[in-house]
Amino acid sequence: MNEWLYVLLFIVVGLIIPVGAIGVAWIISPKKPNPIKSETYECGIETVGDSWVQFKAQYYIFALVFLVFDVEAVFLFPWAVKLGQLGLYAVIEGIIFILILVAGLVYTWRKGMLEWA
Amino acid sequence: MTQLDFQTLLPLTILTVWACVLLIVDLFIPKNRKGITAVLAALGLAVTLSFTILQIGRENSGYSGMVVLDGFSTFVNALILVSGLLGIALAYGYVKRMGLERGEYYTLLLFSVVGMMLMAQAADLIVVFIALELLSIPLYVLAAFSRTSAESEEAGIKYFLLGAFATGFVVYGTALVFGATGTTSLVGIVGSASNGTSSLLLTIGAALILVGFGFKVAAVPFHMWTPDVYQGAPTSVTAFMAAGAKIAGFAALLRVFATAFPTLATDLTDILWALSAVTMILGNVVAISQTNIKRMLAYSSIAHAGYILMAFVPYGNKDIMPISIAAGLFYLVSYVFTNFGAWGVVIALEKSEGKGLEIGDYAGLGRKYPALAAAMTVFMLSLIGLPPTLGLVGKFYLFRAVIAGGYTGLAIIGVVTSLVSAYYYLRVVVTMYMKDGEPTTEREPMLDFTTAFTAIVTVVVSLVPQWLFLLASNAVLKLF
Amino acid sequence: MVPVNYYIILSAILFTIGAVGVLIRRNPLVIFMSVELMLNAANLAMVAFSSVYKSFSGQIFVFFVIAVAAAEVAVGLALIVEIFKTKHNINVDEMNSLKG
Repeated sequence: MNEWLYVLLFIVVGLIIPVGAIGVAWIISPKKPNPIKSETYECGIETVGDSWVQFKAQYYIFALVFLVFDVEAVFLFPWAVKLGQLGLYAVIEGIIFILILVAGLVYTWRKGMLEWA
Repeated sequence: MTQLDFQTLLPLTILTVWACVLLIVDLFIPKNRKGITAVLAALGLAVTLSFTILQIGRENSGYSGMVVLDGFSTFVNALILVSGLLGIALAYGYVKRMGLERGEYYTLLLFSVVGMMLMAQAADLIVVFIALELLSIPLYVLAAFSRTSAESEEAGIKYFLLGAFATGFVVYGTALVFGATGTTSLVGIVGSASNGTSSLLLTIGAALILVGFGFKVAAVPFHMWTPDVYQGAPTSVTAFMAAGAKIAGFAALLRVFATAFPTLATDLTDILWALSAVTMILGNVVAISQTNIKRMLAYSSIAHAGYILMAFVPYGNKDIMPISIAAGLFYLVSYVFTNFGAWGVVIALEKSEGKGLEIGDYAGLGRKYPALAAAMTVFMLSLIGLPPTLGLVGKFYLFRAVIAGGYTGLAIIGVVTSLVSAYYYLRVVVTMYMKDGEPTTEREPMLDFTTAFTAIVTVVVSLVPQWLFLLASNAVLKLF
Repeated sequence: MVPVNYYIILSAILFTIGAVGVLIRRNPLVIFMSVELMLNAANLAMVAFSSVYKSFSGQIFVFFVIAVAAAEVAVGLALIVEIFKTKHNINVDEMNSLKG
């Protein structure tokens, strides 16, 4: 069970540092509260109403497109690591893969999904 | 990659490239001319079909045993491509009339066809999974294609949630099979299982995969989504989904179970027997009470999934398996043509506000549009399994194979449920000829052509069915 | 070294939680999260078995599951957003315009 000792050590150290820093600040800091200081935004405007408002659907499409492209990159990592040993064939395959992604990007762009309209 | 690898997947590669290019080309086709996209998509399918036909007689595996090319895959691929062509022909006028004409319709359909073809050629559970998703994801979008209609969106989300659920089962089943055998290739699994490592893990894995595909082919008790999705989706999508997803699902079931899990036959035969019987009974009985033609055809499609499942029951029996697979494939062919024809008639009567879908709306069709009514009669007879149609021949081969396998009880259930089904199919025929009404239909050349073509095929091929059965018998599964 | 059985039991528990979640939850987003749980349970089992057999095909399978699940998420979320736009409600119990 020796290897688990390291994990425990990490957890303990990871807890001590932030708790310690905040605790020390809490102990030694001077406390002089006044109404203006304890507002939510000391130098901003108070929020009005609920923060659960609808976002523009445009953001969703951005997020969805990002999601797909982001995850497809998972295939590029093993490819990039082994590229040197696999030779020309792998390079061509990689190019085809990226071309397909580019086709997707061109489609999104032509559909006007990349505009902040 | 060798030239052999490339040739193994040549039709599939062509269609994939075509679909990707079409996605871009479509962006430059003006909005009111999307018919061009349809024609280009159909052309792509036709080119692919001709290359598939050139592959007849070739048998090899490619890409390190990930995919195979054999008689079975060639036969199934050709059938899938024909379904794709019929699907585009039905959609051509329909999407225009319903205000759904967007180029993505055809591109998504092509991608779905690619997935189905890959399914028929898959020789590794990883490829089976990718093919399953590639065929399903475009279908989820197509089911919800009518963005202004709440029904279509509802159909889309229901199909999506239950489809994703089914995928979860397939993936977990694959993981367990991998755990039991240490490989995902179908050949490797059968090799490992014959070494005597047939374990509980393997059985559970196979059962989970069966559940997942049961969802895809709409077998009871995994059928709950079918009526809602078939009713809510645009009718041309429903027609394609009913045919294509069934072909691909059964192709994958046959391939995976017959090549990878023959050692589990003793455990699974009883389960398949029960699945098939329950599916036939429930599909046909519930269809009786339907008044909406789309829902009725949905339950009919569930019932037909039960009939096709009969072909699986004797899959562990080496002597019977070849004829039972051939009978299953023949039945799929007959179902595809009948199915597209029947949905074509439904499309001809459907109005853009979603009216014209009740069976009562067919009253008077026989007097006003005799040709359309005659075609519908042919399709209904074929779905029952009465002469002179392909449905009869299909059922004959199927029941013969099942009886030869020693499952006479199942064949009797099949015959009895076919008799029950005659009630609701003939009700449509009676309504068309015996009741008075003023139906109006949409005359679209492509639609008329498709309906006439499928009706003629259904009748003519049933008169000379031997060559088709011979083709199906040559469509054997190969292990490499 | 944790025995492989522990991983398999954990993955079976996760899969069951996911499957039950799909059946009893009524919000499509939560149903969808449950489906993801099922897929990830399979991924965990795959990676565990992969280390037992010293075979990479299990890990490759996980890559594909992750990528395909992302595509599925994109389609599913787009569908849910569309439904919310037309109905302003995404409870699956109220999706009952199709029945018979």
